[in-house]
Amino acid sequence: MRPMIAVAAAGVCRRYGRRWALTDVSFELPEGALAMVTGRNGSGKTTLLRVLATAIRADRGTVSVLGHDARRDPETVRRNVALLGHRTHLYEPLTALENLAIAARFLRMDARRPALLVRLEQVGLARRADDAVQTFSAGMRQRLALARVLQQEPRIALLDEPYGHLDAPGSLLVDGVLQALKARGATVLMATHLLQRGRALCDRALVLEEGRLVFAGAPASMPEPEGAGAPGAEGP
Amino acid sequence: MRDVLVALRKDLLLQWRGRAQVVAIFTFGAATLLLFSLAIGPDSASLRQHAAGFLWLGLLLASTLSLAEGFEREMEEQALEGLLLLPASARALYFGKAIANCAQLALLGAALVPVTVVLYDAGTTRLLPLGGVILLGTAGLSAPGTLYSAMTAQTRGRHTLLPLLLFPLVVPVLLAAVKATSLLILGDPMGQLRPWASLLAAFAVLHWALGGLLFARVVED
Amino acid sequence: MAAASQSRAPVLLVASGAALLCIGSYWGLAKAPAEVYMGDVQRIMYVHVPTAWNAMLALTFAFACAVAFLVTESWKWDNRLEAAIEMGVVLSLLLCTQGAIWAKPTWGVWWDWDPRLTTTAVMVFAFGGILALRAFVDDPMKRAVWSAVACIVAFADVPIVYFSVRWWNSLHQAQSTPETVSKAFHSPLRINAFGILFVCTGLVALRARVAGLRLRSEIAPPLPEQKASGAAARAAGSAS
Repeated sequence: MRPMIAVAAAGVCRRYGRRWALTDVSFELPEGALAMVTGRNGSGKTTLLRVLATAIRADRGTVSVLGHDARRDPETVRRNVALLGHRTHLYEPLTALENLAIAARFLRMDARRPALLVRLEQVGLARRADDAVQTFSAGMRQRLALARVLQQEPRIALLDEPYGHLDAPGSLLVDGVLQALKARGATVLMATHLLQRGRALCDRALVLEEGRLVFAGAPASMPEPEGAGAPGAEGP
Repeated sequence: MRDVLVALRKDLLLQWRGRAQVVAIFTFGAATLLLFSLAIGPDSASLRQHAAGFLWLGLLLASTLSLAEGFEREMEEQALEGLLLLPASARALYFGKAIANCAQLALLGAALVPVTVVLYDAGTTRLLPLGGVILLGTAGLSAPGTLYSAMTAQTRGRHTLLPLLLFPLVVPVLLAAVKATSLLILGDPMGQLRPWASLLAAFAVLHWALGGLLFARVVED
Repeated sequence: MAAASQSRAPVLLVASGAALLCIGSYWGLAKAPAEVYMGDVQRIMYVHVPTAWNAMLALTFAFACAVAFLVTESWKWDNRLEAAIEMGVVLSLLLCTQGAIWAKPTWGVWWDWDPRLTTTAVMVFAFGGILALRAFVDDPMKRAVWSAVACIVAFADVPIVYFSVRWWNSLHQAQSTPETVSKAFHSPLRINAFGILFVCTGLVALRARVAGLRLRSEIAPPLPEQKASGAAARAAGSAS
């Protein structure tokens, strides 16, 4: 049986001021795929993820998630999609636990302390549960943001630079999260610069260049970006 | 509806965490009341006559600080967007924030009353009606205030824009609240309090409805 | 050809409006007899009343543009909104000035808190504030949506402002609205009304055009239709 299309973009265009950040981007991701999108800084990765998450609208083209059109039915799309964005979506003065509790309540999930502590344990923040987010390092904020995404138990996870700010244990954590999502049958689209890691984990790759999709296929046949340096080097 | 309560709980928690700011804003309000009396002069009778006006002017000035604060936390890490994407209804987020803002302003107003009593010898025994007027007045301030502070929090020049946009809009609140408070302080022989209070209520109803309708357009792309 | 004739229409409007205004003003200010009680000062009504009508019209049109923009999200309504708000603010400022010119010789003070003029003054600030908002927002879409929202809120507020000021003022003094001219002198009034209407409509149309041109320089030009590249990417994606 043909797998369902989780995410479909057709002719998506989005402008910022005088620039077209995305031009005619079209692709499909089947359900259960673990995909990466890569490209240089300013190539449109963040914009693409935000359009798919319905945080911003496409100026042209259509986005559909699990068959639902993002423009006509954004609420259903949002219910199935979780975004790990560039900004953490956290309230700085509140504690880690409180941040998760707020999201849990809106999601009609268990917002009691034990349940939330389990979530924090998954990202290694259980000991800092009652500390205000403004005391956290960038890496810890990233972990908490990740916990918030997992809390939504999404069918589609859009992750913007999930490895950013994280140390080695943190990166392993992200690897584990990706595997767990895949095991649950979720679809993942991850924007990353870490090509080696992405190639190892993902089963498909998208490459953006100046807002255009220049490659969509198996990570193994992904074109090498200019100035990548020696194989094995992870560029900034 | 349940979303409104969740949003309100979140906003009250944020306000509680930021309570040091509220103390500072109260001090600012009290300072303006002092400045008004210094500007008018030590004529006690005249000060008492205009006490209601000073109180509401002071509260209005303090409200811009309080309202602006309300959205700082939402925008610094795009937390508001994070909630909208859960999804949480924009309308619920608006009403939660507006109710919390109203509560904070009402508290500020109530706290400034003793200052008014001391500086202007302008008190009243009719505390419950006074509380009602303060509540209605701050409800009228917080509805458009929440709507506009959501906008200005995302712009440059936000500290000038919010008062500039808000003050002309809330002229009816100023007029009606001052009149009503004045009647409570100086006496109300002809029973005019109720119509002025009705005006405040009508204003509040109109702007809460408008705010609920339009907030989504302001915060969504 | 259509574009050329469209470009000229607003200018023609302004010219004909200006002509009408000259006729009406000359008639009202020089030819019509002075009013019995008020004397020559009353002549200001020949411009004041038409200005008032047009100011209200401009702001009502602005409100309509705001609603139209939020519903259709078509840029032309935002251009018209910008022009209409500017025109409304200018006319309202004129109204306040005319009111002050009338009040000084009549009451001895520049401002007498007449409810209609006070409401107009509040509107100058309310709608002027929206122009300030537009100046501070860089993103054209946000600017358009926010000013439309602010315009709707400000316009809905006008009746309440008027009633509250009227009530507030009535407790202190009797109504002091400038009397309008008696029926015998309605013709110069109407001529001026149409004159100002034509001038303003023409100016708003021109101003909207300017706003549209500026918008074009701010946002990226529309893309040519793309077909080939999308299909290629999709084929590659489904093959793996």
